[in-house]
Amino acid sequence: MKPKSFTYLRPDNLQEALQALHRMRDDARIMAGGLSLVPMMNFRLLETKYLIDISGLASLAYIREASAEIEIGAAETQANVLAWPKLAKSLPLLSLAMPHIGHFQTRSRGTVCGSIAHADPSSELPLCLATLGGSVVLQSARARRVLVAEEFQIGMLATARQPDEMVTAVRFPTRKPGAGYAFAEMAQRHGDFAVCAVAAVVSETAVRLGVGGVAEKPTLRDWPALADGEIDDALNDFAWELGGSDDIHANAGYRRDLVRKLGRRVIEEAKKCSN
Amino acid sequence: MLQMVMATGSSPALQTGPERRWLGLPVERIEDATLLIGRGHYTDDMPVRAGTLHAAVLRSPHAHAEILGIDAAKAKARPGVVAVLTGREIKHDSDPFLIVLRQPMDQWSLAVDRVRFVGEAVALVVAEDRYVAEDALDDIAVEYRKLPAVVDPLAALAKDAPLVHPAVGSNVPSDRHFTYGNPDAKFAEADRVVSLTIDYPRNSQTPLEGYVVVADYQPGEGVYDVLCNFQGPFTVHPVMSKALRCQGAQLRIRTPAYSGGGFGVKQAIFPYVVLMCIASKRTGRPVKWVEDRFEHLTAAIAAPNRVIRAQAAVKNDGTVTAFRFEQIDDYGAYLRPPMPGPLYRQHGIMTGAYAVKDMSITNKLVMTNKTPSGMVRGFGGPQIYFGLERLMHRVAIELGLDPLDVIRKNLIPAGSFPYLAPAGALIDSGDYQTAIAMAERDGGLAELRRRREQARAEGRLYGIGFAAVVEPAQSNMGYLSTIVPVEERRKAGPKGGNVAYATVHVDCLGAVSVTADSLPQGQGHATILSQIVAEQLGLDPHDIRCNMERDTQRDPWSIATGNYSSRFSSSTAVAAQLAATKVRTKLAQIASTTLNISADQVAFGNGKAFAKDNPDNNIRFSRLAGTAHWSPGELPMGMAPGISETASYSAPQLEPPNDADQINTSLTYGFVFDFCGIEIDRDTGAVRIDKYVTLHDAGKLLNPLLAEGQVLGSFGWGVGCALLEEFVYSPDGSFMSGTFADYLCPTACEVPRPVILHMESPSPFNPLGAKGIAEGNCMSTPVCIANAVADALGVKDVKLPLTPARVKELMGLTEKPPRVRSAAVAPTAKQTRTGAKALTGTGSLTVAAAGERVWHALLDPAVLARTIPGCHRLDEVGPNDYRAEVSLGVGVIKGRFTACVTLSNLDPPHSAVLSGSLSGPLGVSVGSGRVRLSPAGEGTKIDYDYTVEISGTVAAVGGRMLDGATKVLIKQFFQHLVAEMQGGPGAGPAVPWWRRLLRALGF
Repeated sequence: MKPKSFTYLRPDNLQEALQALHRMRDDARIMAGGLSLVPMMNFRLLETKYLIDISGLASLAYIREASAEIEIGAAETQANVLAWPKLAKSLPLLSLAMPHIGHFQTRSRGTVCGSIAHADPSSELPLCLATLGGSVVLQSARARRVLVAEEFQIGMLATARQPDEMVTAVRFPTRKPGAGYAFAEMAQRHGDFAVCAVAAVVSETAVRLGVGGVAEKPTLRDWPALADGEIDDALNDFAWELGGSDDIHANAGYRRDLVRKLGRRVIEEAKKCSN
Repeated sequence: MLQMVMATGSSPALQTGPERRWLGLPVERIEDATLLIGRGHYTDDMPVRAGTLHAAVLRSPHAHAEILGIDAAKAKARPGVVAVLTGREIKHDSDPFLIVLRQPMDQWSLAVDRVRFVGEAVALVVAEDRYVAEDALDDIAVEYRKLPAVVDPLAALAKDAPLVHPAVGSNVPSDRHFTYGNPDAKFAEADRVVSLTIDYPRNSQTPLEGYVVVADYQPGEGVYDVLCNFQGPFTVHPVMSKALRCQGAQLRIRTPAYSGGGFGVKQAIFPYVVLMCIASKRTGRPVKWVEDRFEHLTAAIAAPNRVIRAQAAVKNDGTVTAFRFEQIDDYGAYLRPPMPGPLYRQHGIMTGAYAVKDMSITNKLVMTNKTPSGMVRGFGGPQIYFGLERLMHRVAIELGLDPLDVIRKNLIPAGSFPYLAPAGALIDSGDYQTAIAMAERDGGLAELRRRREQARAEGRLYGIGFAAVVEPAQSNMGYLSTIVPVEERRKAGPKGGNVAYATVHVDCLGAVSVTADSLPQGQGHATILSQIVAEQLGLDPHDIRCNMERDTQRDPWSIATGNYSSRFSSSTAVAAQLAATKVRTKLAQIASTTLNISADQVAFGNGKAFAKDNPDNNIRFSRLAGTAHWSPGELPMGMAPGISETASYSAPQLEPPNDADQINTSLTYGFVFDFCGIEIDRDTGAVRIDKYVTLHDAGKLLNPLLAEGQVLGSFGWGVGCALLEEFVYSPDGSFMSGTFADYLCPTACEVPRPVILHMESPSPFNPLGAKGIAEGNCMSTPVCIANAVADALGVKDVKLPLTPARVKELMGLTEKPPRVRSAAVAPTAKQTRTGAKALTGTGSLTVAAAGERVWHALLDPAVLARTIPGCHRLDEVGPNDYRAEVSLGVGVIKGRFTACVTLSNLDPPHSAVLSGSLSGPLGVSVGSGRVRLSPAGEGTKIDYDYTVEISGTVAAVGGRMLDGATKVLIKQFFQHLVAEMQGGPGAGPAVPWWRRLLRALGF
C-alpha cells in the first residue's frame, strides 16, 4: 500500500496552482484534504505524476455570505463549516447532514469542495449541493465558469471538470423562507458511506427529494406537492427508477426500500419544519 | 489521563506493619503511562541494522489456479531491487511446514506450482525500500491457469467438488466421530427432538499493528536472528526451524514488549518469519517486512466459518437429555498448525453449562479456496456457543417455554464441582444458579421484560436474548491429539500440560525485576506480575520492573510459551507467584540470621523485612538484597549466591486424552451469563442494543480493572461479530472485504456500555484461584444478540452478522411494482441474499442504423478499438479473437489491463456472444454476455446481458462501486458503438452528448 512515485507541489497562491494545472492537465491531481485521494493512490487505484496540494492556500479557506447563497472556498475544511455559527440558520440541510460525514478527525482535514469534486455517489455533500440546487465554480488559467450541481456531477466519481480546471468554490443557496429541510441516512456504522441518504426540501407548493447512494450520482425528484396518500406510490416509482446496485452490505432491493421509508420520513419531517 | 498517570507514582500504603495484599485490587495499569504519552514502541518502530532491506509480497488474484510461469526479469532489473524470490527458490531452501494431520497438504511460505486462495503469497521482492519493492511487484508477470474454486464448506463436501489438495483425494482431511454415553437411546425415548442448522461466518479480531518481521541471518553460526511480533504458542517454533532445516537454537525469535494487539492472529506470522529468513540468507542482509492492512484483511487468517447441525433430545418439561452435534469447520486453503484447534480446543466442554450426559460429536474438517483459518480470540467458542445457545433458545420456543427457564432447568447442579463433563472437561468450580439469579436481580431483567411488553404493545420490534457460556482458560497442550484415533495416539506418546515460566531477579540495591513467558498483547500482564511480586516481597507494585520481551536464545521457554487461550492468570501468573515465593523464602532465611528469629517468623512490608510479632525488629529490603550480592560468604550454609529465581508451572489436571477420547481441554472453567434487550427499526432493519448485561465468574479476580478491560474488549468484538463483521467471498472465491470500509469493525459509536457484574468462585486447581476472562463475551455476545433478534422477529434462522439489509430480509422485504413500468426500470426485484455474487446486468439501446451495419461494426477490429473504453491498442490474434491494452476505470480511478475479447456463437446479423477477460496489477476479471440486434423502426435495437466475475484488488477494496462501475463501463462500450454508428464522438464522455443520449434513451 505505497503509492507510485509522484512530484508534490505546494503552490503559494491560486494562480500558481492554476498555471501548474494548465501545464500538467491530466498528469496532475488537486489535493485538498486528501482523504479520498491518498488512499486511492496508496492502493494504486489512481496514479498521478503531480500532486498539487492546495490545502495551504489561505485565499481559498473561506465561508462567504452573498445575497442568497453561501460560497465555500476549496481549502475550507468540513470541520470549520460545521462549526460556523450561522450554519443551522443559513444552511439547515448542511447542518443536519454534515455530522454524518466520517468522524470529527476526518472532517478536520476533509474539505467541502474536495468531497464534491470527488463525486462519490454515496457522499453527503454532493447530495446536499444537488438537492439545494447549488453550483460549482470551476476555474482554469484561461477561464472561469459556474455549473449547477446536476451538470457538474455526471456519474460515479465523474464530473464535467476539464483537465485544466479546478473546483475553487461551491455555492449553496441559503434557506428559503417557508421551506423545511430534512436529512436522513442509513449507514452501517456512524461515519460510513451511506447505503442510502435522503434529503428533502418541502414548501407549500413543492416537494423535492434528493437521493444518494442508490444511483450513479445524487438524483432529484420534484413534485408540486404530495398529498399524504400519494407519497408512497410516488416514492415507490422513484425508487424503481433509481434502480440501485448490489454490494456486500446491501442489495438493490434493500436500497430501494430505504428510498421509500427514509424518503417518507424526511418529506414528513421537512413538511413539519416548513413555515 | 495525566492525573491518573501522576497518581500511579506514589504508594497508597506506607505504614510499617502487617503485610499488604495487592492481588484483587484495582491497581492502575503500569503500562499505561508509556502508552498514553506515545512511547510504546511497536515492532515497526524498532531500530534495524544499517543496510536493512525491505520486502513486499506479490499475491494471487485467483482463488484457485495453476502457476504456469513467473517472469521476474523486469522486476530484478529495476534499480533498487536486490532479489526476487518465487516458490522455486523457497522449495529449494526450505521444507514444507509440518501439519497436525498426516495428509499430503504441503505448504511453503510462497506458493509452489499452485495458488489456493486470493491473496496467497506468490513472490517476494526485496529492495532498498518498500516503495521500490511495491513498484517491482507490478513488473512481475505470472501466468496462471485458472481452476474451478470451491468456497462454500458444504459444497466442498460434494463428491464432484473441485479439490483444494488433489493428493488428499477429498476436501475433508479429517472426519472424526465421538460418542459419550448413549445418545441414540436418549433420542429414541425423547418427547421431542429439536434441530437447528447454523452457519457461522468468517471473522477476525483485527489488531492495530499487523505482522512485522525483521530477519537477520548470521552466516558465522548459521543463526537466524528474528525480531517479530509473534505471540505464541511456541509449538510453531519447531515448525519454523524444521522448515528452515536448522536446529531450534539456530532460530532466535525475539518479541517486543508492546505488540499492537494480538487476539491470536499474531500466531500465524510464522510463514512470513520463514520467508524473511530465507530472503535474508539469500541477500546477505537483514530483511524487514511490514504487513499492511490490505494484506492483513486479505491473507492473514480468519476464524473458521462453521456449519453446525445441532440436535437436542428433550422432555416436554424442557429437560435436555442428549445432544448431537455435527460440525463442519472450514479451514480455508491450508491447514496451518495449530489448526484445527478451533474444532478441538473446547472438545471436553461441548455440553456447555448443562448437565447433559449423553452426546455425539462429528467433526469434519473442510478445505476450501479461502484464506487459511487461524487463531482468533474465542478460538472455536463463538461457533460452538452460537450453535448450543441458539439450540437452547429453540428448545424453549418449540416447547412453548421461557428460554431462561430452559437454561435454568438444565444447568450443572450447584455443589457438584469439580464436575466431570461427558467429553472430559473437569469443571473446577462454579455456582451457575446463583450467578443467574444475581444477574437477573442486579441486571434488572424484570424491568427489561416490562420494556419489551410495552414496546410490543406500541407495535415496535423488541426482543430479549440470553446466553450461558462456560469460559475455558489455559489450554491443555494435548487437546489436539484428540483428533487422531487412540491407536495413533499411543504410538506418538501422551501429550498434555501447559508449562509456564517466570523469573524474579533482585539486584544489589533491592530493585526487583521480572521476566515472564506470557508475551502480552495489551492485557496488562506487567501490572499483575508486579502485584504478585510486590505482595510477596512487601514492596509496591510500582517498585517492580517487568520486562515482557522474550528471546528464545536467552530466556526459558516451552511449547506453551505465549499469549493465547486466556492462559496468563492460571499459568504464567502462578509461575511468577512461585518464583516470588522462592525469592521471599531465600530473603527470609537471610533476614532470620540478622533479625535473630526463625525464617518463618519473617514478614515483608513497606520495603522492609521484619519480625512478625515485633515490626521494630527489621532490616531494609535493599540491605537484605545487597547481602546476597556483596557478601555471598555470609549467606546461610548451602544457600546459592545472588538472588534470581526462575519457577515453572504446569497444572497436574491437564492430562492427556484417555482411551475413551475424553480430554480435559482446559485447566479452568469460568461462567458467563448474558442477557440483552434489542430493538429493530422497522424501516431500516437496524438493530439497536437497548441494554446489555453480562455476568462473569472468573474465579478470583487478580485485578478488577484489567478484568473489566477484558470484558469490554471482548464485548466490543462480540457486538461486531453479531452486527457487522464478516469476510465475504464471491462464489468464484474472489475476496470482497479488503478494507475497513468493507470489513466493518465496531467503533465507540456502535458499542454501548454493558452492565458488568462479577461473582468469584475461586479455582481449586491453581494457587491463585484465578480463571480466564478475556474470551467469554466473544462467545456469549454474538449468540445473545442473535437470540434477541430471533425473539423480536419470531424467526428460526438467523445468520450473522445481522446487518440491516439481512434483518430486513428476515422481516420479509416485499416490493410493490411501480405504477408505470418504463424501459429504464429494472424488470424484477432482485431478491438476492446480501453477500457477494457474480455481477450481472442487462441493458438496451437503440441506434439509428440498420442491423447489418451494426453487425459489421461489432465485428470490425478498427471499430472495436475505438469503442472498447480506454483501449490503447488492439491486436487480432485469431478470427474474432482480440488482445487489447486498455486503461479502464470510472472517474479518476484507472488501471491498466490486458484484455482478451472473443466473439462467438455468431448468428449474423442477430446475435453474438462476447466473452473476455482482463488482467492487470489491480486484478483479474472474466465475463461474458450476449448481444442481440433487432429492428426498431428505422433503426436497430441492441439488447445485451452480461455476467462478470472480478477478483483481486479492485474487488477487495472497491466492492461498494463494483456493480455500478461494471454497469457504467459496459454501457459505455455500447454507447460508444451507437455514437460510432451515428457519427458522434467515438470516445470521451462529453457532457452535452451524454445528456442528449441519456435523455433520448429515457435514462
